[in-house]
Amino acid sequence: MKLAVDGAVVSATTGGRLPDPGQPLILFLHGAALDKTVWQLQTRYFSHHGYSVMAVDLPGHGRSEGTPLPSVEAYAGWVASLLESAGYASAHLVGHSMGGLIALETASRHAGLVSTLTMAGPAAAIPVHPALLSAAEAGDHIAYELMASWGHGRRSHLGGHQTPGIWMMGSTIRLWERAAPGVLAADLYACNAYGRGPDAAAAVRCPSLLISGSLDIMTPRRAAAPLRGNLAEVREAVIEGAGHIMIVEQPDPVIDALAAFLADCSSS
Amino acid sequence: MVDPRFPKFDTLSVHAGHHPDSDYGARAIPIYQTTSYVFRDVEHAAGLFNLERQGHIYSRISNPTVAALEERLAALEGGVGAIATASGMSAMFLGIATLMGAGGHIVSSSSIYGGSNNLLATTLPRFGIETTFVHPRDTDGFRSAIRPETRLVFGETLGNPGLEIMDVTAVAEIAHAAGVPFMLDNTFATPYLFRPFEWGVDLIYHSITKFIGGHGVAIGGALVDGGTFDWEASGRFPTLTEPYPSYHGLKFTEEFGTQAFIIRARVEGLRDFGAPLAPQNAFYILQGTETLSIRMQRHIENTRKVVEFLDGRDEVAWISYPELPSHPDHDRAAQLMPAGCGAILAFGIRGGREAGRRFIERLRVFSHLANVGDAKSLVIHPASTTHSTMDAEQLARAGVGEDLVRLSIGLEDPSDLIGDLSAGLRASRR
Repeated sequence: MKLAVDGAVVSATTGGRLPDPGQPLILFLHGAALDKTVWQLQTRYFSHHGYSVMAVDLPGHGRSEGTPLPSVEAYAGWVASLLESAGYASAHLVGHSMGGLIALETASRHAGLVSTLTMAGPAAAIPVHPALLSAAEAGDHIAYELMASWGHGRRSHLGGHQTPGIWMMGSTIRLWERAAPGVLAADLYACNAYGRGPDAAAAVRCPSLLISGSLDIMTPRRAAAPLRGNLAEVREAVIEGAGHIMIVEQPDPVIDALAAFLADCSSS
Repeated sequence: MVDPRFPKFDTLSVHAGHHPDSDYGARAIPIYQTTSYVFRDVEHAAGLFNLERQGHIYSRISNPTVAALEERLAALEGGVGAIATASGMSAMFLGIATLMGAGGHIVSSSSIYGGSNNLLATTLPRFGIETTFVHPRDTDGFRSAIRPETRLVFGETLGNPGLEIMDVTAVAEIAHAAGVPFMLDNTFATPYLFRPFEWGVDLIYHSITKFIGGHGVAIGGALVDGGTFDWEASGRFPTLTEPYPSYHGLKFTEEFGTQAFIIRARVEGLRDFGAPLAPQNAFYILQGTETLSIRMQRHIENTRKVVEFLDGRDEVAWISYPELPSHPDHDRAAQLMPAGCGAILAFGIRGGREAGRRFIERLRVFSHLANVGDAKSLVIHPASTTHSTMDAEQLARAGVGEDLVRLSIGLEDPSDLIGDLSAGLRASRR
């Protein structure tokens, strides 16, 4: 589906069912230079299990118009505008990697808009390796390769994906290759510059879920320690054998963790 | 500069798509000889059928042994995913049927496998799909043959049997400018010698019966999606971009992005047309992938020695092998396939069909049969076998003369191969 935010077209997938205004909304936010399709199984599951779902392409990503925003804080403002444009007073926010930082910042700045916060690949800060930053800025393909190499857990480097016949390393690299020139560099700079993680976490009032991959070397579990200490109501899920891109590497355990969290939050 | 740490080609050939069995620790890939899979519960079953969860339902659609092979082939080709099928022909049909229905049009190289030619020239027109054939060296001809209803440009890495090498990059650019994907049959080269996605190709199909299996014991095919083609931007592929009633209005491109084609090919194509690869055959072919690199190196070494031998024989009128400077595509071959141009060659035997008969019947190490890419060396006379359903015009267009003999060079000791060929050539003169 398409919707307009700040005068620009935003592309979203709704998991195969159009949003129902009577159901709570889950808004999925992708990571650096990726797009909405990384949530392909999560969106289909939750859209058929009592939720309205939107996985959006961030500005300048995927099929959305515009250019990438310069900071995580700017993206947080954009998420607030998106929810207003879509006609939702609140949503469960689920973000992966950079999308997790955006969800965190949105929850801290616009507490009334966020029912729950889920960060997949969580970290209080995501400092980016200088070699990766310079490769991304130069438009060097090795930047995608480094992201794929570090982003997938070592086990995933040999495949064994849940979806028969899908080669996830090739799929993720192809997604990055589709990003417009400069998008990866812009996103990595936004991640690198974000320093409000602990303060933003302290300002969050809603329940939070942190989903980590046990083999994540980009945002290892220790990187989320300041979040765990500052979030008011937090629970964790560790996806065994997965790396930083656990939402793609092992979609089922991610679905299960998120479904249990949302169910508990709605019943409490 | 830091380097990304990826398993390399030879490691992927052995390991991609499989982790040791979690129940028993089996190191080899088990043969999951089962038709179906027990659901965890009703909810899980519903999720699998609605594409909310992924896994195996029924072995017509997917199977763990077959899936390991599919992932391995996708990894070796550098694609996003693959489907293994009962044969190379079913892989080709699956690709076509996923892209178009009646009213569709294909632009194909004229120098292709005889079975592929049958499908395109004879069978598909009965279902309303027409094909225009273009000589593989007529790059501009591909442009002028594309119509508004064209949905696919098709060719072979190494033409069959003439071993022509298309200007792959130029043809890809022509196809893409028209909003059409480019599919290549990469059977003769294998990903060890040529990786088409790196040269602009969007879809690949293989007869994995051939070099990838390598042993001539199992028939199989594979369709590999590069994930490179922009189906939405093209606007020519409603099967991928418009709501699909069978999954309650699912738009494959919107939900599956770069995997849209290969997901649709499985959940519609294998579901409705069938023709999956059997797990036993997948197991056999997986054994072949483990030695692909070293076998291809030996195939190439033997082929070069055979070509050198044939090049000096009076009974041989001409030789077609792209590594020879005399081959019209020699320079392109050096650019696209620096590691070697495969193990198939064609030559013209002096004395025509009758000399060819005497030659073939004298051979003892070479086997006379309709296959290529075996560990065993093979020989065939295409005009009377693989391409026999072509009329004179089609044979001429495909470059198949009555004197043409095709060899597939195997892994035997090269001196035995040369001795056998020498005896055959002597017999051809009598």
